Amino acid sequence: MADAESPSQTAGPYVHIGLTPNFTGITGVYPEDLGAVMCGDAALGERITLEGQIFDGAGDVLRDAVVEIWQADAAGNLPPSDPDFRGWGRCASDLKTGIFRFDTVRPGVATTADGDNHAPHIILWIVARGINIGLQTRCYFPDAAQANATDPVFSAVPPDRQPRLLARHQDGVWRFDIHLQGPEETPFFDL
Amino acid sequence: MSAALPPRDRDWHPPALAPDYKSSRLRAPTQKLLRLPSTISEETGPVFGHDTLGPLDADLITNFAASGEMALGPRRCIRGTVRDQNGRPVAGVLVEVWQANAAGRYRHVNEGYLAPLDPNFGGCGRMITDAEGAYQFMTVQPAAYPWPNAPNAWRPAHIHFSLSGPAFGQRLITQMYFEGDPLIPLCPIVQAIPSGKAVEQLVARLDMPHSESMDYLTYRFDITLRGGVQTPFENKMEGM
Repeated sequence: MADAESPSQTAGPYVHIGLTPNFTGITGVYPEDLGAVMCGDAALGERITLEGQIFDGAGDVLRDAVVEIWQADAAGNLPPSDPDFRGWGRCASDLKTGIFRFDTVRPGVATTADGDNHAPHIILWIVARGINIGLQTRCYFPDAAQANATDPVFSAVPPDRQPRLLARHQDGVWRFDIHLQGPEETPFFDL
Repeated sequence: MSAALPPRDRDWHPPALAPDYKSSRLRAPTQKLLRLPSTISEETGPVFGHDTLGPLDADLITNFAASGEMALGPRRCIRGTVRDQNGRPVAGVLVEVWQANAAGRYRHVNEGYLAPLDPNFGGCGRMITDAEGAYQFMTVQPAAYPWPNAPNAWRPAHIHFSLSGPAFGQRLITQMYFEGDPLIPLCPIVQAIPSGKAVEQLVARLDMPHSESMDYLTYRFDITLRGGVQTPFENKMEGM
């Protein structure tokens, strides 16, 4: 009989104190906030910026969320084998605009031992006040339609919801907005 | 290294929507989660080395304090072990904690409670579990505080915990409460957890053998992360 996982609780409105203290003005404890920098100068592959906003059921932007991402390196390695690429990032939504932003590399196709090809994708994990257990979704790229069509996760999403998992290329950045409720509700995963 | 993760028991965790916790009403997804077997993306994760840590990271009493000063409040040591669902210790877990001060006030721009800030208390700490899965930190007892969820609503004294295990699919944020706190059964965030047994997992126990005479009281808080067991994935596309 497996032991039960410890139950989740909301990260609450002051999550920054624990995860991004420098962001919220608590300086001098940690030299920098973890996950703020994902790439070294020599990181391989195409540099991209992923940014977005999170909207609640009233259409208002969340300004108190923290987003973490995890992804393959440009060659598709998970965990990344590129010594100049972390694969992991953490960003607080801007306190005024609610924008989260990651400077990263475009992930490659990950091929696993069982022969599955995983389309280029970035996992996003979202916590905030009012979210009782972290929400997990995925960002895919619309110009990789062929790979997306055979990706074991993307292809399992009902076709009418798949567009919500695609980033939009706009003004030089990849834009990925997250809707917690409503007609554009983002698909969230239990993976 | 990338072992399949057992599906989360969603009836053990709080549901996304807990109407008595008002903030969840507009932030809870309305559609079912798309449940699928874990992939390499969830079965791997970032590694946090011990060189991430500074010497005072696990001492909230002094890590924000002026030289020679200490945070105000009852001195506490919090210790425990992080295990997987098979009961095996998990080493290398990044444990990040944050909390209000001994007056119930957080050091945050959005915080408006009239209780005072402590100039010597920042409220954050972090550690990495050792080979036996153990962690430990020093802090002051956080106070209960009022919040605007409902008239006369109070949060029980608590410490927030963030856990980053070896697999990103194990990622967990939770809160630790203190044994005997009469506010625990009154809190809609705690009571969003369906089972009383699950709530008990979040209640730290007074640990007298590890308390230090004339110095601090210790509370024990063990944590179980997802993983370590093989649970056959039911081959039905829930939520599809």
